[in-house]
Amino acid sequence: MQLQTHPLFHHLRQIRRRVRTLVAGALIAGASVAANAADLRIGLSADVTSMDPHFLNIAPNNNVGWHVFDALTHVDENTRLIPGLATAWKALNPTTWEFTLRRGVKFHDGSDFTAEDVLFSIERAAKLPNGQYAGFVQRLTGKTAVDAHTLRLNTATPYAMVPYDLNSIFIVSKKAAANAATEDFNSGKAMIGTGPFKFVRFARGDRVELARNERYWASGDNKAAVWDKVIFRIMPTDPARLAALLSGDVDMMEQIPTADLARIRGNAKFQTAQKISWRTLFFHLDQSRDRAPFLTDRAGKPLEKNPFKDARVRLAISKAINRQAIADRVMEGGATPASNLVSPPVFGHVAALKPEAFDLAGAKKLLADAGYPNGFSMTLHAPNNRYVNDEQIAQAVAQMLARAGIQAKVEALPISAYLPKARSGDFSFAMLGWGSYSGDLALRALVATPDKDKGYGAWNWSGYSNPKVDRLLDQAFSTVEDRRREEIAREAMQIAMRDAALIPLHHQLATWAMRRPLTYTARTDEYTFAHHVRQ
Amino acid sequence: MSVYLIRRLLQSVLVLFVMSLLVFAGVFAIGNPVDILINPQADQAEIARATAALGLDRPLWEQYWVFLEQAAQGNLGKSFAFNIPAIQLILERLPATLELATAAMLIAIVFGIPLGLWAGLKPDSIAGKAIMTGSILGFSLPTFWVGLILIMIFSAQLGWLPSSGRGPTVDVLGVPVSFLSREGLMHLAMPALNLALFKLSLIIRLTRAGTREALLQDYVKFARAKGLTDARVIGVHVLKNILIPIVTVMGLEFGSVIAFAIVTESVFAWPGMGKLLIESINVLDRPVIVAYLCIIVVLFILINLAVDLIYSLLDPRVRMADAG
Repeated sequence: MQLQTHPLFHHLRQIRRRVRTLVAGALIAGASVAANAADLRIGLSADVTSMDPHFLNIAPNNNVGWHVFDALTHVDENTRLIPGLATAWKALNPTTWEFTLRRGVKFHDGSDFTAEDVLFSIERAAKLPNGQYAGFVQRLTGKTAVDAHTLRLNTATPYAMVPYDLNSIFIVSKKAAANAATEDFNSGKAMIGTGPFKFVRFARGDRVELARNERYWASGDNKAAVWDKVIFRIMPTDPARLAALLSGDVDMMEQIPTADLARIRGNAKFQTAQKISWRTLFFHLDQSRDRAPFLTDRAGKPLEKNPFKDARVRLAISKAINRQAIADRVMEGGATPASNLVSPPVFGHVAALKPEAFDLAGAKKLLADAGYPNGFSMTLHAPNNRYVNDEQIAQAVAQMLARAGIQAKVEALPISAYLPKARSGDFSFAMLGWGSYSGDLALRALVATPDKDKGYGAWNWSGYSNPKVDRLLDQAFSTVEDRRREEIAREAMQIAMRDAALIPLHHQLATWAMRRPLTYTARTDEYTFAHHVRQ
Repeated sequence: MSVYLIRRLLQSVLVLFVMSLLVFAGVFAIGNPVDILINPQADQAEIARATAALGLDRPLWEQYWVFLEQAAQGNLGKSFAFNIPAIQLILERLPATLELATAAMLIAIVFGIPLGLWAGLKPDSIAGKAIMTGSILGFSLPTFWVGLILIMIFSAQLGWLPSSGRGPTVDVLGVPVSFLSREGLMHLAMPALNLALFKLSLIIRLTRAGTREALLQDYVKFARAKGLTDARVIGVHVLKNILIPIVTVMGLEFGSVIAFAIVTESVFAWPGMGKLLIESINVLDRPVIVAYLCIIVVLFILINLAVDLIYSLLDPRVRMADAG
């Protein structure tokens, strides 16, 4: 779930949607292309707030971070872990991990990359005031550099996620970043990494400029850049970003609005790259409280019993939703129906689970069996500026539920008002979107029984609780062998999904558009990497 | 004069205080910004730690007290999202917005007053009617739409102007400005025109109405009877008399252009303050919202003061009365 900034005023969005359709059609006719061959200009869809790689853990900041810095472990376009600054890692025993660091890697200032820099970066991430990366390193109880290129990390209890967690820790130069504050990164003084690009300039709210690192250690999926210079333009407004692409002000943009996809594809000057995103949309339904808010009978009298406690009702709702229709019509092909909490390329996805088929008669029968032959009334809560077409999706689902006899009123809120309310349990049926590197991580946050000490269930708005799932998750996180861990994660996913702990809706597709002949290796994690853009 | 200024100053401090209290309570009522800013993989302990780090776990009155204490020392807090002082963040964006707003006002005044005069002097001519029709369009077309149409025509179809962003800047007395280079002017042209359109129409209508009224006044007839040239009658006597309402409205409008150029800045990806405000509201970045509104209040106060001073220049009967 990344910080997607959208203009505040909803009515403006409505006007814009209409205008955009008109403008895109007219614009394409006269699009021109002009650019220096070795420069690449990219329109970003969300604001980059800081260069400090250990401050705010949001996608736009990380996106820039991945150009200037590397981490010990990287992920490929399918979100699978691959070597980064570490060439290999293994668990010596369940609580000790050994990382072998890449040799011959130089920082942008020419100094050598060693284990000292890694130790410094971990330390900085753990201690930075207001930093949001401490959670990825707090389980490390011991850190030792065996030699300049070997690192040992200890955890108090067996913990399988160390290599995954270190994917979030950017390695900065100890020499350049010692005592550096956020301002020193923004100014470029401490912005010394090992990544494929050197930092040039950050103009807040406007652009980030980078230059190629000629000495990048490229290997395998970690490609070196073909561009001398890259300019990221910050353009959160969809029509502005689209207009910039069509008029040749940028060479490439991320996040094409679904309504404009067909037009871009129909224009010979441009092409798109698309891939299933890790972002999955689903509905939480309150199944822990005996009486949940907004649930009434058709006459408006609050229900004595919470119908969502009955698995048949949850399944009925799932059957009443025509996922394919939403993916085709509301999302205009920009989504694919979901059966899991993680999308197909992601670790722990269960291919055996199929999206619940649309079955109106079956849904009505299940509702009648559960004692609701006349259905009931509820309010469906959704954000209106976070996910692609979020409010329209909610409207479509409400109408589908109405056909099964459940009267659903839609209430859509801006994300800044929505999340705090959802967290404090003000909703009983609420939309949420999620992106995870693995199925067990998603389950831990979304369906595990809330437990502060273990960090389970931080986003479990449903209040679903199944000791069996919790036990499997405990087991997964202490299993250092990946294949075994994936089996356990899949088992847990299967149990939770069969219980209809949540109602999965769809996985979004991530789309980039670029002028021909540029090509891009589309990524499931939605990052826009200039070094993966080819000519 | 000095009593007048002191009273103005005291009023401003009161306005600032009330405004900051309202914004503080309002943002507090919406919820915890950490929910939006934090990485979703974060567990409960991390959320609690992030909340405490920003001081958001304390009761509202305590948070507000801390804010007042710091504000008294000139520190309006650090942005939650940017991790740098909110004031610095806003002042960094101020030149871009000021440049845009000034360019828009210049366009509005330079074209608006002559066009309005023309329409007022020759209300029944074709040109006069065309100007008035045009001004109705300028009033009623939404800024957003006009902006997109401008982009469509001038960047996509004709390829004359860049579609968005600000041109290269050079520092003049430490302030980065972009209007000194050709490329900068080209970037500035469309957003400034887009922002100017509404004000332009407003000035045209004000000037026209004022002119028509003034032409019927005795002093104009008298000036004509004295044998003064048309140029002098209109350029000096009429113009000077109709300027007072125009200056008032323009003063207020200038403030609102600076404070709320949000739509234009969004359409043209202009890196100004409006864009910053919208993004800060989206993530409940309270220090930035409060600091932004404080600066805007100060700006309005200064502009109103300037308007009062210009009055006294235009009309010697107006005085900065110490008593009144």
